[in-house]
Parts: sequence; C-alpha cells; structure tokens
Amino acid sequence: MAKNDVKVLGAWPSPYVMRPRIALNIKSVNYEFLEETFGSKSELLLQSNPVHKKIPVLIHGDKPICESMIIVEYIDEVWTSGPSILPSDPYDRAIQRFWAAYVDEKWFAAMRGLRSAQGEERKAFLDQVTEGLALLEEAFGKCSKGKAFFGGDRIGLLDIAFGSFLGWLKVTEKVNGVKLLDEAKTPGLVKWAERFCADAAVKSVMPETEKLLEFSKVLAAKMKGAPPPKN
Amino acid sequence: MAEEVLLFGFWGSPFSRRVEMVLKLKGIEYKYIDEDFSNKSPSLLKYNPIHKKVPVFVHNGKHLAESLVILEYIDETWKDHPILPKDPYKIANARFWAKFIDEKYLSAIWKSCTSEGKEREKAVEETSELLQFLENELKEQKYFGGETIGLVDIAANIIGYWLEIFEEAFGVELLRKEKFPKLCNWANEFVSVSAIKENLPPRDKLIAFLRNRFGVGNASK
Repeated sequence: MAKNDVKVLGAWPSPYVMRPRIALNIKSVNYEFLEETFGSKSELLLQSNPVHKKIPVLIHGDKPICESMIIVEYIDEVWTSGPSILPSDPYDRAIQRFWAAYVDEKWFAAMRGLRSAQGEERKAFLDQVTEGLALLEEAFGKCSKGKAFFGGDRIGLLDIAFGSFLGWLKVTEKVNGVKLLDEAKTPGLVKWAERFCADAAVKSVMPETEKLLEFSKVLAAKMKGAPPPKN
Repeated sequence: MAEEVLLFGFWGSPFSRRVEMVLKLKGIEYKYIDEDFSNKSPSLLKYNPIHKKVPVFVHNGKHLAESLVILEYIDETWKDHPILPKDPYKIANARFWAKFIDEKYLSAIWKSCTSEGKEREKAVEETSELLQFLENELKEQKYFGGETIGLVDIAANIIGYWLEIFEEAFGVELLRKEKFPKLCNWANEFVSVSAIKENLPPRDKLIAFLRNRFGVGNASK
C-alpha cells in the first residue's frame, strides 16, 4: 500500500498517539506521521476530528478514524494478514476491552491527578494508582496465562492500551520520587514492561524518559502560565 | 450444553436496560436479578469488584461488566440480529458514537437537571450542542444503525427514553422538537420497536423515583 494512503496525526509525547503507531508497526503498514505543533491545532486535525479536536487521528485513504483504541481495533480489522491484535475468543476480547477501558477511565485519570495534586489529595491519587497497578498485576496473571504479554505470545490490545503509558509512568516515578512498578509488589508487570518497551513494534515510537521529562516541565510551565479560565 | 445467562441490573438504569434490549432483540433467554442501589448484593460485588456497578453479565459462569463491552460480547457470541455492521470503517464510526454518548451525555443532562442559575444555563447549552451532533449524525436514516437498530441506537437509549423522563422529573426542556426534529422522530421509532418497548422502565415509577431520590429540581423554568 502506498505510504501516503495511511496517515497518523499526532505528537511524539502522547501515549494515545503511540497506540495506533504500535498497531500499524505490528501489521507492518507504512504510514506518514504528521506531527501537530504543540499548542495549536492544524486545519487537518480540526476537519478530521471536529467532535473532539484531538489527536490521534488515523486517516486511511480519505476516511478519518478517531479515538486511539477505536483506531487500534480498526487497524486490526482492516489489515488481517498481519498478526492479530485482538484474540479470537469473544470472552477474551471482552476482558481485554474491559481492562483497556479501566486503564483509560480510572487508572490514567488518577495518574493525571497526581501531576498537580498536593498533600492529602496527592496521597489519595497515589493510592489509587498503586491499587490500580495491583489490579493490573492480577489481570496480567490471568490474561497472559504464563506468557510474555497480556495478549499471550505477542503484543495485544491491552498491552498497547497500558504499555503506551509506560513512558509517563517512568516520568511520574522520577518527579514524585516513588517506585510504582515494583519487583516486590508487581513482579509480573515489571518484566512485562521491559519486554513491551523492547518490542520491535514499540521501540521506535516509545519516547525516551529524559526527553519526556523535559517535555513534562514545558507542559507544567505552560499550564501554570496559562491565564485563568473565563467563567 | 444448556446456556446459563444471568444479568444483574437495576430497573431504572439505562445501562442495564441496554443489555436487556439486545438480549430481547436476539431472542436470548436470561435470568434477571434486580439490584438495590443502597444495598448491593454479595454476588454483584463478587462479579464486579472493580466498579461495583450494574450491569453485570454472566454467561456460563464467565462474568463481564461495562455495558458497551457486554453489548459487543453478546453480538459476537449470538449472531442473529447483529448490532454492528460488517465494514470496519462503519464499525469504528458506531463505536465512536457509542463511546461519545457514554462519556458526555448523561453527565451533561444530569447537570442540566440538577444545577441552578448560570451553571444550569451552561449545562443546557452544552447538552444542546451534544444533541446537535446526534441530530446531524442521523442524516436521513431511520435509525443510527441504518434500517435496523444498532449499537449506537442502543447506547442512545438515554436520549430515546430517559431524557424525556428527566425533563419531566426536573422541569427542564432539552430535546426541543423544532430544534431536533430528526432526533425526536428517531426517539419515537426507537421506543416503538418491540424489543425496546418491552424493556423500558415504567414512566411514572421512574419519575417518582428520580424526584424522591434526588429531590425535585429547584427548577427555574
């Protein structure tokens, strides 16, 4: 397929943008990566995602597909000759989707809360993050069935959903001086994280922690400097 | 092997009703257990320890939570009356709108009903914008799913039935016919489908429940 038939609109620091890129890599699909400028939204983005105006957007031919996990499933359904990203059994598929939604709606929401929280609030978010990781450790045991990934022998939907947050998880550990993935408490996830980051489909799109750390400082400064919201 | 299908729900919840609607659409026999909000059963807490919510669906001992996850599981397991199209782009589109409905609509409608003054005005405006998206998405179709009910129609059950009940219970007007003619038409068609009609909580009971539990809106009309 011609390279410019598939485009991904995104930005390198975004874990959500990583997801379709990993999926396309798994399927060995060439694509054009169109980077949005930080702080502004291109015409193409606004046209292709008028509802959310957010990255990532996959543009396949002339069709835009939005929402990172929906894009991942789309990729899996279109490029069927590559390795499968979702399992074939409906229950296994449902479990992967359930945990992917949990990671996005509950776990990462707590991670985000941690960024700007202080004192008691910060401790509360940290507890939520740690409890979430304990749940995910248990889920890993059940989903992987002793294999390398949530998806089994190969990276699957839930690996992509959760793994894409590993860069930001490392930044959070550094900034807060805590260990979130811990050999004692989450041994399965510690090893899984190493394997995930080393995977060929992931390596080229996972940002270096130092680079992400620098970016997080820029982001924090920008958020502090932002004018107060108008009512 | 005899199928064992269980559903834990709440009679007034649009989320557990979604699952019932699809089960009825596909002609699947199931056992229903109604949960009391204030006194959740040990079974519910065992099957959904993470969210502790309805619906919880159990199929031959395998349990699932989260209504949209359950709906896709049911569609993949029982192939009659599919609720998702075959084309990947159309599937992605359906999932997009179902997710959008879940993320935004209920909270905007809720805020419109239960807040006051400037906050209510803002919430009403937001709800109007959200409804406009769906009005546009309907185009000239009978249902969001085309000629037959699909995932988005079921996800939009909040708008198809519950919205009018919220309006009545709290004295707010959100789904104006002049502004949203297609959506209003769709709502009428939706509630006429027998698999849907049989699965709607009684209107007066729900209004009374909302008023009792959440107080009649200190409504500025």
